[in-house]
Amino acid sequence: MSNSNDINSGIVAQDLKAFFGNIEVLKGISVSMQKKKVTALIGPSGCGKTTFLRTLNRMHELARNASIKGKVIVDGTDIYSPGIDPVLVRRKIGMVFQKPNPFPTMTIYENVVAGLKLTGRHSRKELDEVVERTLVQAALWDEVKDSLRKSGASLSGGQQQRLCIARTLAVNPEVILMDEPASALDPISTAKIEELIFQLKDTYTIVIVTHNMQQAARVSDFTAFFYLGELIEFNNTRSMFTRPQKKQTEDYITGRFG
Amino acid sequence: MAAEIDDIIVSERSRDVQRKTFIRADNIFKAVIGFFAFLVIVILVWLGIQLYESSQLAFASGGIWRFIKGSTWDPVTGVFGALPFIYGTLLTSFLSLLIATPLGVGTAVFLAELAPKWLKRGLQPLVELLAGIPSVIYGLWGIFVLSPLMANTVEPFLMDRFGFLPFFTGYPLGIGFLTASIILAIMIVPFIISVSTEILSTVPVPLTEGMYALGATRWETLKKIALPYAKSGIFGSIVLALARALGETMAVTMVIGNTPQISKSLFDPGYTMSAVIANEFTEAASANYLSALIAIAFILLLVTLVVNAVARWLIWRTTRMK
Repeated sequence: MSNSNDINSGIVAQDLKAFFGNIEVLKGISVSMQKKKVTALIGPSGCGKTTFLRTLNRMHELARNASIKGKVIVDGTDIYSPGIDPVLVRRKIGMVFQKPNPFPTMTIYENVVAGLKLTGRHSRKELDEVVERTLVQAALWDEVKDSLRKSGASLSGGQQQRLCIARTLAVNPEVILMDEPASALDPISTAKIEELIFQLKDTYTIVIVTHNMQQAARVSDFTAFFYLGELIEFNNTRSMFTRPQKKQTEDYITGRFG
Repeated sequence: MAAEIDDIIVSERSRDVQRKTFIRADNIFKAVIGFFAFLVIVILVWLGIQLYESSQLAFASGGIWRFIKGSTWDPVTGVFGALPFIYGTLLTSFLSLLIATPLGVGTAVFLAELAPKWLKRGLQPLVELLAGIPSVIYGLWGIFVLSPLMANTVEPFLMDRFGFLPFFTGYPLGIGFLTASIILAIMIVPFIISVSTEILSTVPVPLTEGMYALGATRWETLKKIALPYAKSGIFGSIVLALARALGETMAVTMVIGNTPQISKSLFDPGYTMSAVIANEFTEAASANYLSALIAIAFILLLVTLVVNAVARWLIWRTTRMK
């Protein structure tokens, strides 16, 4: 807690610009997000917060005609410098999506180890351990421990999302990106996900996109407000929600637009 | 007050009438489409019965099994056995599937996953065009282009390198099982490409992204997500292709050599069920001969049904959810 102002922070974006074709959707974002903290990205639809999130693990470039300029430095390395394999970047920086997307052709067990199996051979025992550990971490173990051989698609929406979180944890990332992870879920499932985020931040650096300002206030240490492709304000969450520095931020968090 | 109640009753009544009309329209619709659906079954059964009855003469001496197992086809002496044709049809169909499946699925993967958009847009209509070319044109191409190529280059090469295998022995004629199978493969590959590309394009983006986000490469994502998701559809396209291969007549007739024999060598000429019917129908002067040809048609129908049923069962078995 004492090193919360440490400059050697987890993720640093430097003048990051993102494009779809010729359209510039991120207009030079510079921000540093701290290790083992939760940073919330808020802003109205189309403000670029999801795009920004997707540049952090090089998912943005998977879309057609998508490109970026600038740097994203994770633990001292620019993930966009030539010679960096995006596949390895994504292994280190996991992602949880807006809609739960368990792999329908796989069982719950297979879903959890899907990413792990990409990294070489693992013994049965090792896989079993990872499945139990990550499902416990994702607060899903008790609900599914007797049905690990069932299809991942057979779970409820909230369970599916927790399965996706377990799947992300299984590859042992350092950073977890979450793109509105609870927006498709009911309030109880949402509460479970939020509680989970709270526990995970001891171990992982978390960046979460959310539409829900209460959620940002509840789960995050820092908040970044995006508007029209620009980072308007970045501050610790408490200050942001009590004393916003910019007029636009205040208008947004008080519900005057968005 | 009373007037209002009256109003309500009237409106209830008119709604009732309306509902009754809907129900009647529904029933008529049901009856009409039910009739069409039923018609399909009727036609199939009727066709089967007709063919079976007209083949009775051929089955008269020794029954259907003897006819199927008979390996001699000699119209002059009146000995008719269907085995060489069954062999030819099955061999060429499966061989063509063996060639067309990797080619077709590979192309579909390329088009759906790897090709840039402009290339996909350009290639897809071409592939569909390929599926629509009349088979006689493939046959002509087979005679004038493929067959010489096979006789002069491909078959001597195979003999040279793989001559120790029994199916690459004999004499490179350029006309026979192998040439017919290749022509068939070229004809059915567009079906596989077309349907499989369509199916692969329906794999939901969130699933592939989910796999990428775990640190999967393109190939791993394809292997673990896209192909398993599209499996049943790809199998479906292969069955469709098989159905066409089994029944394909013209092009095969032109390049298979039309010799009723069962030979291990793929270079040797053979014959298929549909080819013999098309070729000899006009020459079938005797009632026995005609009946034998119709019996072949009956067996072709049976083989097609059985192969399709087996293929469908295979699809069902491999794709049902755990």
